[in-house]
Amino acid sequence: MALDKATVERIATLARIKVPASDRETLAGELSKILRWIEQLNEVDTKGVAPMTGVASMKLPMRDDKITDGGMRDKILANAPDRADGFFAVPKVVE
Amino acid sequence: MTALTGLTLAGARDGLKRKAFTARELAQAYIAAMEAARPLKAFLKETPERALEAAKQSDARLAKGNGLPLDGVPVAVKDLFCTEGVETTAGSRILGGFKPPYESTVTSNLWRSGAVMLGKTNLDEFAMGSSNVTSAYGAVESPWRRRGDNRPLVPGGSSGGSAAAVAARAALAAIGTDTGGSIRQPASFCGIVGMKPTYGRCSRWGIVAFASSLDQAGPMTRDVRDAAIMLKAMAGHDARDSTSADLPVPDFEQSVGQSIKGLKIGIPREYRIDGMPKEIEALWRRGIAWVEDAGAKTVEISLPMTKYALATYYIIAPAEASANLARYDGVRFGLRVPGETLDEMYENTRAAGFGAEVKRRVLIGTYVLSAGYYDAYYLKAQQVRTLIARDFTAAFKSCDAILTPTAPSAAFAIGDKMDDPIAMYLNDVFTVPVNLAGLPGISVPAGLSADGLPLGLQVIGKAFDEATVIRVGSALEAAAKFDAQPAFLAGRA
Repeated sequence: MALDKATVERIATLARIKVPASDRETLAGELSKILRWIEQLNEVDTKGVAPMTGVASMKLPMRDDKITDGGMRDKILANAPDRADGFFAVPKVVE
Repeated sequence: MTALTGLTLAGARDGLKRKAFTARELAQAYIAAMEAARPLKAFLKETPERALEAAKQSDARLAKGNGLPLDGVPVAVKDLFCTEGVETTAGSRILGGFKPPYESTVTSNLWRSGAVMLGKTNLDEFAMGSSNVTSAYGAVESPWRRRGDNRPLVPGGSSGGSAAAVAARAALAAIGTDTGGSIRQPASFCGIVGMKPTYGRCSRWGIVAFASSLDQAGPMTRDVRDAAIMLKAMAGHDARDSTSADLPVPDFEQSVGQSIKGLKIGIPREYRIDGMPKEIEALWRRGIAWVEDAGAKTVEISLPMTKYALATYYIIAPAEASANLARYDGVRFGLRVPGETLDEMYENTRAAGFGAEVKRRVLIGTYVLSAGYYDAYYLKAQQVRTLIARDFTAAFKSCDAILTPTAPSAAFAIGDKMDDPIAMYLNDVFTVPVNLAGLPGISVPAGLSADGLPLGLQVIGKAFDEATVIRVGSALEAAAKFDAQPAFLAGRA
């Protein structure tokens, strides 16, 4: 399938990546080429084939519901680009 | 090259035990080599003080006769492993300045075994690439050159800095990660050994995630024995990774040099791809002859879904990446580019922080997971993945291991294949199916191309049968007698 500029704009918004209007055409071309190439999978008959989500043939392990970690607020905040009063700080969301 | 940087890991380990030299002397030799190797841009961060401090502790243990398995071994770490207090960038601008407050399980295991960290190595941004050209911090140069041609070549990728460092004798061993070939392909391009163990063998905890159902850590070394020694130290169950296998870790070194007499080696018909260079075919034929001469029996096998592996990979890996990379939002760590609103801050940060290839993959991943396209792309790819894994299960009914070339070519020049993402993706045609099926694979240097560049052969094994992979790999190594050296050797006197 060929992607148009509007679709590129839509998925860029979903992915939260700013794509300037001047780049959308080029990007639409590049992504369309990749999509056309991966569409060769349509040749494969997959009727009734179970999808594989992971290779590990194991049950997810369970553990006791106990607190085993924590109390490291300052360590966690140390890499934040902005912080205030022990919180991550972001631009104002609610007026 | 000093005598110390010429040793293998096993040789250095034995020399340290015999007290022929100290861990400090070994660390100093490698620190000098690492500095000499700076033109290659293999290291993003050098940690010489840390190396000397760790070597001091190793020397204290060795002096008392209670040295650890890797005491004093200087190791380079792909900058995708979180290292406590040491900047970890994943080769991306968006993680610039990030100092992890914790240490990855695999690196913790290495330090607990006495290994010494030399520095963090360069890589394709978020491990997305096969050339190292997508690193935000500049492309790594291979220490190899074509005969009579001085153009800089790629080391392969994404673990290209690790491969270049080991090949140039600027690290005794290195660790990398392999999502679609990122250990094995650079190992092949740089003339070293690279091993991707079975999915679940090494913990993924503390490794910057790319595609979680495919990512695995593994060793990159001078020879197969060194890979076996490193893997044993890296591997093991970890409750902090829910896909980590709760299985005992064998002493892989014991498999080195073991006879392969009577083993059945599968030769997949579908790996004879159109347009494969004659020298790759010839190398593969030599490999077949070598294992037969060593007493193994070769059998033709069929992996009919091989031709669909790359397309499957380029749906699944970007889909998982688009989810994993959602965390880079300018809030908790790394880069922030301001915006009027919170959404605009996210969009500006990610536009400035991600490079072109990462953006392409996140956008493709977002698209194939989006409403209305999920079934047509993502679900379809997961179904084909089932068929690819079934191919291997069926093939392993008639063989113990599989022999293939590692990559469809030798290293190419920096700048080549840059305008066509799909041409770049084809580098991984022989390695990607192994990740999709979660199997172990090793690349062993096996010969030189017509213009003098290394070429590797790949051995693929059954799940959690790294022992057989190492056994066959070491038989190939013994027959190939690969002793070519790159044009550039760090620390050469």
